[in-house]
Amino acid sequence: MDTARITKSHPENPIAVEEHLWKKRKRREGLKHTLTVFSPIFLLVLWEFLSRTQLIDPRFFPPPTEIIGTFAQMVMTGDLFTHLEISFYRIIGGFLLGVIPAILLGLLMGMYTPVKYFFSPIIMALMPIPTLALMPIILIIFGIGDFGKMVTIAGSVFFPVVINTAAGVANIDQIYLDVAKNYGAKSKDFFWKIALPGSLPVMLEGIQMGQAIALLTIVAAEMMGAHSGIGYLIWTSYKAFLLKDMYVGLVLISFFGYFFSILLRMLQKKLIPWRK
Amino acid sequence: MDQESKITIHNLTKVFFKKRTAVTALKNINLEIQDGEFVCLLGPSGCGKTTLLRILAGLDKESTGSFHISRAKKNRPLQSMIFQEKGVIPWLTVEDNVAFGLNMRHLPKKEVKERTDYYLNKVGLESFRKLYPSEISGGMKQRVSIARAFANDPEILLMDEPFAALDEQNKFILQEELLNIWSETKKTVLFITHSIDEALLMSDRILLMSSQPGQIIREKYVDLGRPRNMEMVRSNPKMAEQFVDIWQHLQTAVQASRQN
Ligand SMILES: Nc1ncnc2c1ncn2[C@@H]1O[C@H](COP(=O)(O)OP(=O)(O)O)[C@@H](O)[C@H]1O
Ligand SMILES: [Mg+2]
Repeated sequence: MDTARITKSHPENPIAVEEHLWKKRKRREGLKHTLTVFSPIFLLVLWEFLSRTQLIDPRFFPPPTEIIGTFAQMVMTGDLFTHLEISFYRIIGGFLLGVIPAILLGLLMGMYTPVKYFFSPIIMALMPIPTLALMPIILIIFGIGDFGKMVTIAGSVFFPVVINTAAGVANIDQIYLDVAKNYGAKSKDFFWKIALPGSLPVMLEGIQMGQAIALLTIVAAEMMGAHSGIGYLIWTSYKAFLLKDMYVGLVLISFFGYFFSILLRMLQKKLIPWRK
Repeated sequence: MDQESKITIHNLTKVFFKKRTAVTALKNINLEIQDGEFVCLLGPSGCGKTTLLRILAGLDKESTGSFHISRAKKNRPLQSMIFQEKGVIPWLTVEDNVAFGLNMRHLPKKEVKERTDYYLNKVGLESFRKLYPSEISGGMKQRVSIARAFANDPEILLMDEPFAALDEQNKFILQEELLNIWSETKKTVLFITHSIDEALLMSDRILLMSSQPGQIIREKYVDLGRPRNMEMVRSNPKMAEQFVDIWQHLQTAVQASRQN
């Protein structure tokens, strides 16, 4: 066995033995990092190769280098930014429109049992309905403008956030409630010093889920009734058989997801500095 | 002249009722504690110590009977509890934890700062004031809990096995620190423990409890000068005698409750 051999080669130097093991662990860590970085590159290279050699149909899977070329063109004409900007605007607007009422209602449900028992069944009944299935009605009520898209996003972001916020408050350890009561916290102080910060970690998990759902929703919503945005770009490119343009749209969505998750992680660090 | 007692408990009984079974956690507790007295409640686990303390702390309600805590100063909170170390609030810094009670009472900023500084200093945590509980050790968290209670300047202090989760070394250190701070203020203390050593070290009077139903079966005065430390308790033959006496008493109490 490995360790046995090492022990033999350093028969009476424990530091050397441990140092050797430590270096080995380091090397293994390094290998993991290399693999993580390497895997997407490997996939792209494989794709490029298969597409260039026509082992896969380049009409459906154009080589990545050509997609990058198309991307550069679209940046140059300025088309891309118009789509990006409008999608970004809709996502942020819809996200806030869903998250803010969800946090408020969630906190109220967590703090006041009657509120919880009143709203829980309503939320449970509405939650399984996909907001996208309500798109036709939303279009009728709010029109095909930006606000309609925002409402659609808000509708799907709302549920995970409200549920997690209420659960976050309900799961605050009893001992902190006892401390607050023993030290005479009134309801306003209780809200700001105990309920809100205590529920933040679970609430933020809900917001993260909401963020992912918002991205799914915007693309679908823009495919159905829109004249701009990334979803629109993807859909029209597909219909016009401009698959390179479509892939640019798909990559942008993935970029959006990455960007928002980094943003949320920063927010998390800022809002819950006490978490180790 | 008869001194008015600080804490008076009269025929207090607490029954927990769940699913048609009733557990008598406390039965007919009668008790008087004098101003400035340090009293330990000592008994096997499950005998109702926590229940009694929670009732005095306003966290639970007695079933029948009553208690009274006399107020010497207006605007002073009646009682503050020293919780176990996990009662330190994780999202508040050390400083904000110590100031918690004062902030909840909305005292002037200057006064809050003064008192917080004073007790942070007392427990040796000034340089850790900006840290969060997750960044300090268990012993330090318990110091935060102690400072928070003393800073609040209540009429009486309640402590529910505050050192139970600490290792032996830290426990001895903190016991002495607590006694030091206490000797300055001479507040009335009701302290719960299941450790005979701890009770002998800390208290003026020990109340022995039996379980099912929880009752105070005996009281013992601890005849040992202050300031005290653990060596004094361990090397004093009279204390050794007390220890054995209390030990035997608790043994019989535990056995009696087993036979029920
Ligand atoms: N909230 C509760 N509901 C039901 N029974 C309880 C509750 N709290 C305590 N008890 C019961 O009351 C008795 C005394 O408990 P406790 O005061 O915690 O004892 P101790 O602190 O001395 O260990 C125990 O039998 C316990 O099971
Ligand atoms: Mg207990």
